[in-house]
Amino acid sequence: MSQYSAQRRHFLKQMGVGTGLTLGVTLLPKATFAASGETQPAHMAPNVFVAITEDGTLEVTCHRSEMGQQIRTAITQIIADELDADWQRVKTLQADGDEKYGDQNTDGSRSIRRNLARLQMAGATAALLLKQAAAKGWNVEPDSCQCRNHQVVHVETGRTADFSALVSVAATLPMPEEGLVKPKARKDWRYVGKGIRSIDMQAVQAGTTVFGQDVTIENMLYAVIQRPPVMFTQPESVDDKKARSMKGVKAVMTLPAASAPANFLPLGGVAVLAENTWAAMQGVKALKITWSENEHSQYDSRTEKQTHMETARQTGEVVRQRGDVKQALESAHKTVEATYYAPLLAQAPMEPPAAAARVEGDSAQVWTSTQNPQAAQALVAEVLKIPVENVTIHVTLLGGGFGRKSKPDFAAEAAWLAQQAKRPVKVVWRREDDIQHGFYHTVSAQHIRAGLAQNGDATAWHHNTVFPTISSTFSTEANTPSSGELRLGFIDNPFDIPNIQLEKGKAQNHVRIGWLRSVANVYHAYAIHTFADVLAHAAGKDSKAYLQQLIGKPRHIDLAQEGAEYDNYGDPIETYPIDTGRLRAVLDKATEMADWDNREKNQRHLGVAVHRSFLSYVATVVEVVVDKSGSWRIPNAYICIDAGTIVNSEHVKAQCEGGAIFGLSCAIGEISASDGAVTQTNFHNYQVARMQHAPENIDVHIVQSDAPPGGVGEPPTPPFAPALANALFAATGKRIYELPIPLTLKA
Amino acid sequence: MITFTLNNQAQKYDGDPTMPLLWYLRDEIGLTGTKYGCGMALCGACTIHIDGDATRSCRLPMSAVQDKHITTIEGLDKNNAHPVQVAWAENDVPQCGYCQSGQMMQAAALLAKNAAPSDEEIAQSMSGNICRCGTYPRIRKAIKAASKESQS
Repeated sequence: MSQYSAQRRHFLKQMGVGTGLTLGVTLLPKATFAASGETQPAHMAPNVFVAITEDGTLEVTCHRSEMGQQIRTAITQIIADELDADWQRVKTLQADGDEKYGDQNTDGSRSIRRNLARLQMAGATAALLLKQAAAKGWNVEPDSCQCRNHQVVHVETGRTADFSALVSVAATLPMPEEGLVKPKARKDWRYVGKGIRSIDMQAVQAGTTVFGQDVTIENMLYAVIQRPPVMFTQPESVDDKKARSMKGVKAVMTLPAASAPANFLPLGGVAVLAENTWAAMQGVKALKITWSENEHSQYDSRTEKQTHMETARQTGEVVRQRGDVKQALESAHKTVEATYYAPLLAQAPMEPPAAAARVEGDSAQVWTSTQNPQAAQALVAEVLKIPVENVTIHVTLLGGGFGRKSKPDFAAEAAWLAQQAKRPVKVVWRREDDIQHGFYHTVSAQHIRAGLAQNGDATAWHHNTVFPTISSTFSTEANTPSSGELRLGFIDNPFDIPNIQLEKGKAQNHVRIGWLRSVANVYHAYAIHTFADVLAHAAGKDSKAYLQQLIGKPRHIDLAQEGAEYDNYGDPIETYPIDTGRLRAVLDKATEMADWDNREKNQRHLGVAVHRSFLSYVATVVEVVVDKSGSWRIPNAYICIDAGTIVNSEHVKAQCEGGAIFGLSCAIGEISASDGAVTQTNFHNYQVARMQHAPENIDVHIVQSDAPPGGVGEPPTPPFAPALANALFAATGKRIYELPIPLTLKA
Repeated sequence: MITFTLNNQAQKYDGDPTMPLLWYLRDEIGLTGTKYGCGMALCGACTIHIDGDATRSCRLPMSAVQDKHITTIEGLDKNNAHPVQVAWAENDVPQCGYCQSGQMMQAAALLAKNAAPSDEEIAQSMSGNICRCGTYPRIRKAIKAASKESQS
């Protein structure tokens, strides 16, 4: 149970529950530079993020996982900026999993918001040491020196010294007092804020990038696993005769069975270990396994859908209350209601999960594409029953993550098999494994009822949300939405409506539930923003104007006053208020970009949605064209983001584009289940956005802001699907309350 | 014995003839630039060129490559100077990068046959290549840029 407790704490931390989340800059770890060991000894390493080698190369250690958000580039920009380094003389290393870096769990859109200040301090510390070293040699004051393009310059005399000439002295200097270290002023930023190209570009161009699937270790076997079709069932009999006789197959092993709660532990199943991936895949196909049954074996997502929708229409447990909704609905001129449903989804990163492990005695090394290297480290130690400090997690590039790879079950599978086989093993998840045995984005049912006054103003908003909670992955008792999920676009509803009542209802899980890019914001924003459009039409108002009215005047919303438990994504509400002024500003900008006000004159079908998540504000306008057959396409999308201070303008744009297209996939995809097992298997029956579905053009505007940094990776996803559905309504008159949105929609 | 040319070098293979080319490339000779994404020719991550045609290597058995000329991402241009590679960099196309070998190989094959593809032709040719990061608008731009480049 102790390991479970550790995982539980970890989970709570990820959900932003509890205290002690924010790592202050004062917690910057000092001195111990020990990154991935792929480089020569550093000659100057004032902290775990920065080192300068003898030849003056600035080595930046990226402790967050790279999964396409270009965090490696961003972290390098931040450190290089503080040192005013020459970009050609900077090298980026990838950190192993190690608590000395602080939190490494790359999810929740927090790599920049939680690290910008501490990385600036890390860089500024190194810069100060270099200045002190130069000043010592010149017998001048360090304050009279500056870092300029990989040199320290004495401003008055113009004397210069290259970093390479200073490292040996700088390395001997005592660490400066914290008060002395001053990061650059914003006006002096050289790299931060700029659209600098990905540092991994050349490797991608050449095909030399290394992902978890690409790792090879000498003498390793390749493993493919047949996992139980129904969660927590186990093999009752295994006939592996044929598999064992196949060429290249070396071993067949049954993994320990899993039981509730799932945690991050492997699901069990039967593994075939072979000389190459193909042989392992063929071997697994040849297995004849009969599986046990359990209470999940009857799970049918169609039946369960009706149950969830029925629960959503009932009265739930109140989690936020403003005014008197009951009374306001009774006295309303008009009431409108709708029940929403969204199916399970799989993250389906292009790289299915993979990990390679070598176990020697009581120590283990694992190379894997994980979002969460410290959780992988803890889990491998737990599964192998070895000390956690004996486990090294080498983080490869991730071929997409989207939340799937924050659960390190695949790393534990590889480690366990390597321990049993007494040989290095790489576990390769097939696409079928990824789609059928994931940690799914949960199903969701919601019911909203609103009251309108005679003039169309909304007077009441009554919203109930029902979904199997992510907490069910960590606790068998969890059967109602957690505060960590309610905070995601539900409890923080910003609408300026005098009477609001928000409720939650019970739902049982039958699959493992996990995070997916922007998590509960996806279905909450869908319901709230398509329903806002429903209200606009019921009121006979323009959708944008009505939304502006719902948002109301610029103000900071205090949810505590209304009995709501809200942790603001783990960051202080004083620093990151719920600011309706910023919400309104992105809405105004995106609709202006889309030429919203002339849409009827120009016969364009537009839909809009605006949503705050992960402390950033995004408005999205989608344009659709629907042909006679009812098939629709998206010629344009317009996005305005206010993420406060940003590090790389080009990659923020890219996240807006990609986040929007991910939102599109969320709207058209569906995972279903019958007899307890997931129905879909691969990309022919699990629909994800392809080029022909995606917007042909996406215009992105980034609000210039010196507010503290918000999230970027997730916020562009939630508003896309409701904006699309609203545009489809404008074009066809059809409302879509139940997802997925069909690719053909008859007018 | 199966003989063929891989990235301009003669190769021989005498293993399982049913093994798809993808696993020969990745597991047997360590050319991991060609990626596994689905194993069913549904996602395009494993796209390579067979005699210049874009082909999904995950469904192509080794028995079918006799006498063929195979090009993988590693052989597209040693200096990353193919117009598609250049355009990919200039448009900062990749996010995670995993699907991009396949995307670039598909785009290079398209441009070799059709130097100035229309929007529709681009979408049609690229529809078999999935990118979960959502780089499609940039891929589109990069193909147009590469198209201009290869025509000038």
